[in-house]
Order: sequence, then structure tokens, then C-alpha cells
Amino acid sequence: MEVVLALAIGVLTGSGVYLLLRPRTFQVIMGLTLISYGVNLFIFSMGRLKLDSEPVLVKGFNSTLANTADPMPQALVLTAIVIGFAMTALFLVVLLASRGLAGTDHVDGEERKGAAE
Amino acid sequence: MTALMQLLDRLLDFSMPHLVAVPILVPLLTAALMLLLGERRRRTKSALSVVSGLVGLLAALALLRWVNAPHTGDGPGSIGVYLPGNWRAPFGIVLVADRLSTLMVALTGVVAFAASIYSTSRWDRAGVHFHPLLQLQLMGLNGAFLTGDLFNLFVFFEVMLAASYGLLLHGSGRLRVQAGLHYIAINLAASSLFLIGAALLYGVTGTLNMADLGMRIAELAPADRGLVHAAAAILATAFFAKAGAWPLNFWLVPAYSAAVSPVGAVFALLTKLGIYTLLRLWTLLFAPDAGSSAAFGQSALIAIGLATLFAGALGIVGTQRLSNLAGFSVLVSAGTLIAAIGLGEPAVWAGALYYLLSSTLAVSAFFLLIDMIERWRNAGLSVAPHEQAGNAPFLAEDLRVLDDVNLDDEAQALYGRAIPAGVAFLGLSFIGCTLLLAGLPPLSGFVGKFAMLSGAFVTSGTSAAAWIFLALLIASGFLALIALSRTGMRHFWTQPHPTMPALPLLEVLPVAGLLAACVALTVWAGPVMRHALITAEGLHAPAAYRNAVMNARQVPNPVAAPAKGLAP
Repeated sequence: MEVVLALAIGVLTGSGVYLLLRPRTFQVIMGLTLISYGVNLFIFSMGRLKLDSEPVLVKGFNSTLANTADPMPQALVLTAIVIGFAMTALFLVVLLASRGLAGTDHVDGEERKGAAE
Repeated sequence: MTALMQLLDRLLDFSMPHLVAVPILVPLLTAALMLLLGERRRRTKSALSVVSGLVGLLAALALLRWVNAPHTGDGPGSIGVYLPGNWRAPFGIVLVADRLSTLMVALTGVVAFAASIYSTSRWDRAGVHFHPLLQLQLMGLNGAFLTGDLFNLFVFFEVMLAASYGLLLHGSGRLRVQAGLHYIAINLAASSLFLIGAALLYGVTGTLNMADLGMRIAELAPADRGLVHAAAAILATAFFAKAGAWPLNFWLVPAYSAAVSPVGAVFALLTKLGIYTLLRLWTLLFAPDAGSSAAFGQSALIAIGLATLFAGALGIVGTQRLSNLAGFSVLVSAGTLIAAIGLGEPAVWAGALYYLLSSTLAVSAFFLLIDMIERWRNAGLSVAPHEQAGNAPFLAEDLRVLDDVNLDDEAQALYGRAIPAGVAFLGLSFIGCTLLLAGLPPLSGFVGKFAMLSGAFVTSGTSAAAWIFLALLIASGFLALIALSRTGMRHFWTQPHPTMPALPLLEVLPVAGLLAACVALTVWAGPVMRHALITAEGLHAPAAYRNAVMNARQVPNPVAAPAKGLAP
């Protein structure tokens, strides 16, 4: 499980960074979204990976971290998801405004002179 | 008088620790209230904004007094800790008002108050929701300065950034949207780094409380220290990006110069937030008692600071536009501060704190002043007619026509009376800003630089880093002087159309106030420097901060002890 999760985070972040460095605004926003997925999984995994463990508050159950999943990263990741979602939405608006004002979807607002693309 | 002060002190004691939350709650509630008012009621909103700025400033000054006065709290240097959820320190979030954070909140209050007054003159009409965004920006800044919890710091950073995105785009136009796109992208990437670093620290130490983190790191097994160092380096990268450290600062100058001027003035605080976080976390996490982790990353801090200083100084001579000059001055001051923090001596930190106050006030005043100068020179346009005509072959690329920046060219309606002797005011203010930014005597920029250098040489002897710092500090001051005098000559002595500038009082007062604050800093340099020195020594020995946070007591339950259920 550890390897699968580590690979997932690595692939998501790696693809995200690659897309973030691309010249089109849509690629940038996709890259930022993928990075935030990777980061969210990473925060989640910082509470240690555990199978079949109980939530914290169960009656008649000794709720220590040895028996339960760590609730703290779950709370953190929830906040991070909400903030990331809001920021992505805001970035999307700016992206559309930039497309409308500049007439191109290049991140610099103009095509590079002599670019092969 | 003394009786009055005693009464005030008793009142302060009575209102603590709840007063700690006031600089966060007042802007939040003001912003919420303003959103309920329609866009039509601009006068009401402007008035609310200024009043909220004043209340925030007064609350910040009251906190500063409570922290330092001999008869309040536990005497001078008492630390106010507020438990917003009434949970004890490592479990719930905490707000902490110590010397450093109250100083920063007071600085924020001064700059924000000036910027909100200036904006009511004309710039708040260049788009919608200016004042609510400004208030939310203030809330984020004050919260980030006051919080004692790493994740809460992230949340306040995001509040502050979200508001700053809106403020940067205020006034719209292609240039701002372009700069905003880059600004948002880099800040989202930096926020991801922040989250990774914070999560990694939590994974290793099991806490997010900044005071608790420091103590846990001191007890950490050697095998885990590598992870903590990696987490700290990732966190620091995020803060470097926000503080404008080279090489993560290419977004800064375009963004700051594209923003409308009151926003630029407030943005001068945002880089200082990055610097504050670096100082706060570095001194708490890697304090002298942190074992083999003590002063981790010191050489990196110095190197990055010096590189930023160098890049900023080169930039300042390489530009001819006034707003770019202000942007590069922000970089120079960020580089100076990061390098001074890295030198790691309380005496240098004291000079750096003094310099931070002076340079922030000066840059903010400069951003506001630029707006007035450009409007006067161009008769309301953003670029002079003789420069548009294409008959100025030696103008730099960055002076190209910027027609779409000023949306309110027709909005010449003035609230206040135009003050007489406008040119004299503009010229004198410009000279004042030049002296402050270049660090020349007699104003406070010089005092701050001198204090940093003397601190570096008296305490750490003559290390190579101190010598390079000295050389770069003097060289950058000299380059700033060249650039600013050249610009001053171009703007004041080669005036193409000799009209008197129409300066409304609402715009003159904030600039005059900020510069007067710098003069006051110079006149009372002794007390301020003593205060900065105690603050810096407190940072060097964080035991008091840790004890205050960890021993903060909960408010007892008003209902008599419940029979069962979860005790907080």
C-alpha cells in the first residue's frame, strides 16, 4: 500500500509540475490542480497509513493512536481541499479574463516571437 | 496624566486576553458589514473602512502597550495568549501577542490606515469591493502575525492571499490581469509547498503548535532530524517566495507596479509577512537549545538574502519607471532583512527590526507618492504625451505606453481642497523617500543600516559574511541613490508643462503621515532601538514564549462541573 500511495503522489505531483511549466494557461491550471491532489494525499498519508482501524470516538473503545486513525490530518486535508478549490475557481476567472483581454491563452499574454509552436 | 495612564493600564488588563483577537475580528466584521451594503453607498463604505483602520490601529497600539508597559500583565515583556476554542495549547489553536507580533500588527495598522484614507480619494472607485477586500487583507495579515499555530498560519496566509488577488486585479486592465495571472500561479505553487512542509513537520513531531514544535525538535532522535530539516527547507521555500527572495521573486516587480497605488502600499507589508514568518519559525524551531538542529540553514539564509539584495540593487538602477523603482526597493529591503536574520545575532536582529519599520513605512509612502507624481506630470494620464509621440529614443522598454492601466482618467472629482505649494510637497516627499530608501543620514533608513552593521561587527567579529553584507548594503544604498536622483531629476526638473498639481488633502495626509512616522522613528531612535533590542533578545531565547503558550489557562466552564461528557 505504501508503494502504491507513494507512486500515486509522485506521479500526480510530477505531472503537475510538468504541466505548471507549460506555456498555456489551461495546462497551468491543470498542473496546479494535480499538484493540489498530490499534496492532499501527502497530508493524508502523514497521519500514517492504517488498515481497518476505528474512527476516534467509538463507545467502549480505547481511542489512542495505536488503535485509531489520526483524525488531525483528515481535518487538515479538508481545509486544504476547500482552500485549494476556491483558489482554483478564482484562478479560472483570471485565466478567462486574460484570454479575453489578450486574445491568446499564452501565460505571458502574447505568443513568443519566433516560437515554433 | 499618570492617573489616566493607570486607568488605561487597568482597562487593558481587564480586556486581555480577548484584546488579542480584536485586530482579526474588527476587519472581518467590517468586511462582512460592507458586503451587506450595496455598491451605491460608497461614502458609507469609505467611512467604515477608515474607522475600522483607526480601530485596528488603536487595538494594535493598546496591545503594544500591554506587552511592554511595566504595570500590565506580568510586567514588561508579558505575552498575551488567547485560546479561541478554549482548548489547551498543543491541542487547540492559539493566538499569541508577544513583542514581535504586536510590533508587526501595529506597523500593519499604520500602513493600512494610511492606505485606506488614500484610497477614499479616488482609487476605491476604479472597481467593485475595494474596501471589503482591503479589510480581509488586513484580517489575514493580522491573523498571520498573531497566530501561534502552523496550520492556522497557512489559513491566514490564504485569507491574505485571496484578498490580495482581488486587490491586485482592482481596476482591471490587461497589465493587471497579466501580472495577476503570474502572481496567483506562483502563490498557489508556494501554498502547496507550505502544505507539504507543514504536513511533514506534523508527521515527524505530531504537533502543529509553533511553541510545541520547538520543544519537540529539541528532543528528536537523530534519525528523524533529516525529515524535520527537509520539512523546514520546504516551508522556507514557500516563505522565500512570499518574501520576494531571489530567485523566486520575478513575479514581484510586475505585480506590485501594476497594482493601484494604495494596494501597492499595503503589498509592501506582504513581503514583510514572509520575513516575519521566517524570523519567527527559524527562532522557534531551531533555537540554540535545539541540539544538532540549532541554527539549521543559517548559511542558506545569508546567501539567499545577499543574492536578493544584489539582484534588487541591480534592478533598481536598471529601471526608469517610478513604480518599478518602488518594487525593486521592496526587493532590496527584503534581501537586507533576510541576510540580517541569517546573521543570527540579537544585535543585528534589533537593527533589522528597526530597518523593517522604517523601510516598510518609506516604501508605502513611496507607492502613494508615485501615484500623485505621475498624475501631475502626465496631466491625469499614465504616460506623458511627449513620451507617447515616439520622439524619445532613449526611453527604456518599461516606459512604453500603458494606456489601459488607469481606468479612472476622467475621475478628477476631488473630495478635499487641493493644497497649495503642491510641487514643493511632492519634491520634499520625494527627497524624503530617497533618503529613507537609500539609507542616507539624517533619516531612519541610515540609522537602521548602521545599527545592523554595527551589530554584525561588534558581536560576530569580522566574518566573511559580515563583510559581504557591509559591501552589498553600502553598494545597494549607493545604487538606489543614483537611480532615485536620476528619476527625481527627470520628473521634477524637466517638466514639460508647468501646471500646479491638484493634490487633494485626502492624498496628502497619508503620505505626510507615513513620512512623519519615519521622522519620528529617527527622532526617537533610542527608545525604539532599545525596544527592538529587547524584542530580538526575546527571540534569541524563546523559553518565555514557549512557557507562555504552553501554560495558558482555559477559561473555566461557567456551568458547574458537568456530570459526564467531554471536558474541554
